[in-house]
Amino acid sequence: MSSTAARRFLQDAAVKSADLMHREVIRRGMDSYDAAHLKGRARIKDWEAARQKCQEIKREAINHLDRYLLQFEEKVVARGGHVFWAANSEEACAYVKNLATRFNVRTVVKSKSMVTEEIHLGPALEKAGIKVWETDFGEFIVQLREEGPYHIVTPAMHLLRGQIATLFQEKLGQKIESDDPAYLMAVARSVLRQAFFSAEMGISGANFLVADAGVIAISTNEGNGRLCTSVPRIHVAVTGIEKVIPRLEDLAVLWPVLATSGTGQGITTYSTLIGGPRRPGEADGPEEFHVVLVDNGRSQLLADPEQREVLHCIRCGACLNICPVFRHVGGHTYGTTYPGPIGSVLTPHLNGIKEFNHLSYASSLCGACTSVCPVKIDLHHHLLQNRRNATEAGATKSSERLMFRAWRHAMLRPRMYALGGWLMRKSLRVVYGLGLQGTVLDPMRKWNRYRSPVPLPSESFRARWRKDRAAS
Amino acid sequence: MQRNVSLFVPCFVDQLLPEVAVDTVKVLRRIGYDVEYPEDQTCCSQPAFNTGYWDEARPCAERFVRVFKHADVVVSPSGSCVTMVRNFYPELLARSSVRDDAIAVASRTFELSEFLVKVAAVTQVGATFPHAVTYHASCHGLRELKLRDEPLQLLRQVKNLKLVEMNRSEECCGFGGTFAIKFADISAAMGNSKAENAAATGAEFVTAIDPSCLLHIQGILGKRQTRMRAIHLASILAQDGQTSKSPQQERP
Repeated sequence: MSSTAARRFLQDAAVKSADLMHREVIRRGMDSYDAAHLKGRARIKDWEAARQKCQEIKREAINHLDRYLLQFEEKVVARGGHVFWAANSEEACAYVKNLATRFNVRTVVKSKSMVTEEIHLGPALEKAGIKVWETDFGEFIVQLREEGPYHIVTPAMHLLRGQIATLFQEKLGQKIESDDPAYLMAVARSVLRQAFFSAEMGISGANFLVADAGVIAISTNEGNGRLCTSVPRIHVAVTGIEKVIPRLEDLAVLWPVLATSGTGQGITTYSTLIGGPRRPGEADGPEEFHVVLVDNGRSQLLADPEQREVLHCIRCGACLNICPVFRHVGGHTYGTTYPGPIGSVLTPHLNGIKEFNHLSYASSLCGACTSVCPVKIDLHHHLLQNRRNATEAGATKSSERLMFRAWRHAMLRPRMYALGGWLMRKSLRVVYGLGLQGTVLDPMRKWNRYRSPVPLPSESFRARWRKDRAAS
Repeated sequence: MQRNVSLFVPCFVDQLLPEVAVDTVKVLRRIGYDVEYPEDQTCCSQPAFNTGYWDEARPCAERFVRVFKHADVVVSPSGSCVTMVRNFYPELLARSSVRDDAIAVASRTFELSEFLVKVAAVTQVGATFPHAVTYHASCHGLRELKLRDEPLQLLRQVKNLKLVEMNRSEECCGFGGTFAIKFADISAAMGNSKAENAAATGAEFVTAIDPSCLLHIQGILGKRQTRMRAIHLASILAQDGQTSKSPQQERP
């Protein structure tokens, strides 16, 4: 565990997990989510059946991804839209950038999209001299702070309203008179309203790509998504290839399940379907409609039958919200686009096993994530498989490999195991007796830093059993 | 009715918490079972398996299967180690020569509270424990073995025991095996949250069906110098009101 990302993760985790203020802010946010989520689930007659159905839909889609994506493309193209297949971030960014150049785009408004974060589209456009506005309220805030989203659904959940007021005061060049949420939202709205009407291009993500209808489905709560996709001349939807679903009717279960898992809502405030540019005689809508389908490592995951189902993810954030690791270290500590359990499973696949192997291990394997996943991804077992794959690929430390070889040797020999256990207890008692607890001579120092020492009984159970049996 | 059980004592219980195994034997005998302890057992292989060393884990798991192959029923006071055998052996040993035996052993291996409530159909084991106790739902028992109510059913039948519910009782205590060492900061932060929630109940004891959680929780409580003690469910059930020995002398 010595990659740069791993070292940074450990450092940030140490800081954040000791930051009680941070923990309190997250706890409050998560508590209100928990309550809403429970209430939302109760609204669905048979939650387990709904999960099952969603899993089946996504499984069908992923197992026939080729067919459904082509079907989607055909429909979109027939309506005058364009579909671009991007193998990686570079191709995706270059396509959008070229499009912007071709149409003389100076300003872009974006609605929330994690895939654009993944491919770093915003910075790529800014580098080309294009002004990019994040228009989701949370994304708008973290963009002003020049940081990535903290959470995939609620990007600014780590901030208190006072911090947001101060930020607006500093960055928006206007006097901020209150930290009342409605007021702060009104400030952002007035700034963004101008951006919406000056932007030549709107960029959105897509929650689903509906194959049989050839439309993208977007779930939002603030209305910014509709403005981004209908006001500017050009609309570009950037999304991952795994977002495709077979049928329009599948949304009947996917929409409420996504909303329930994401925020506890029955359905998001805006549920939008878009299938092409403005048609003759229509009053509004963009002149150009482009869909960028991003692969970026996904088809590699598709090729792995054991872990393919990770592509079922609908990015609801439920696994982050319940994860005790996420709750204690926070979203930014992961140093990845996708934090939390799904991020820990996915990132070693998308960004490299060598650099991100530590995330597969940064879990107690408690399985809370798996228990809430609305598409029933076996998240914590995928972490186990990641670990096995990493070990087989030689991505673990040689000292650890040696240790487990020695461990195996002892565990196959009961006497050696018993002797080893006795020696360990005996030597620890000596070390602690000499007052060396916590020093380099204490093999349990990492444990003892935060916990009192483990009990060191003079006799093991097997010794006691043998004695008792001899006595009787 | 089957009256013999083979005891599977997890390696760290054998070495660090022998009292938990002793108490398990006591409870099983009290309700009329003969307990045998196959002495050549070692470890179920979970530490290697969870760390990704499946090639190292496999021979160890195969060995476990051979040791317990002829047992009618295997009982263990650890939800986590039973999870390894029951849920993961079939996968780990999918291509092993002992695969069929492994699946058979897996289906006959039970966590203690599961065995008592579901197999032996006993919730009243004649225990007395005049203390306030809060229950931590260990992850593997809860989510892998689906044991939500079984331990509570047993606790509710203990004479003079006052059960108090803690906030977030189903959230992980942060142990996670090598996680507790590799990511000690995170693990301990989780442990402290757990300890705070447990201590806030005002109970004297926190109990669970997994000695590994209790080892961690006790370690955190000890460091915080909290008066509350961690105690295994088996050790509560073993208290028959006859002995004068305080359970506080043994941890957890």
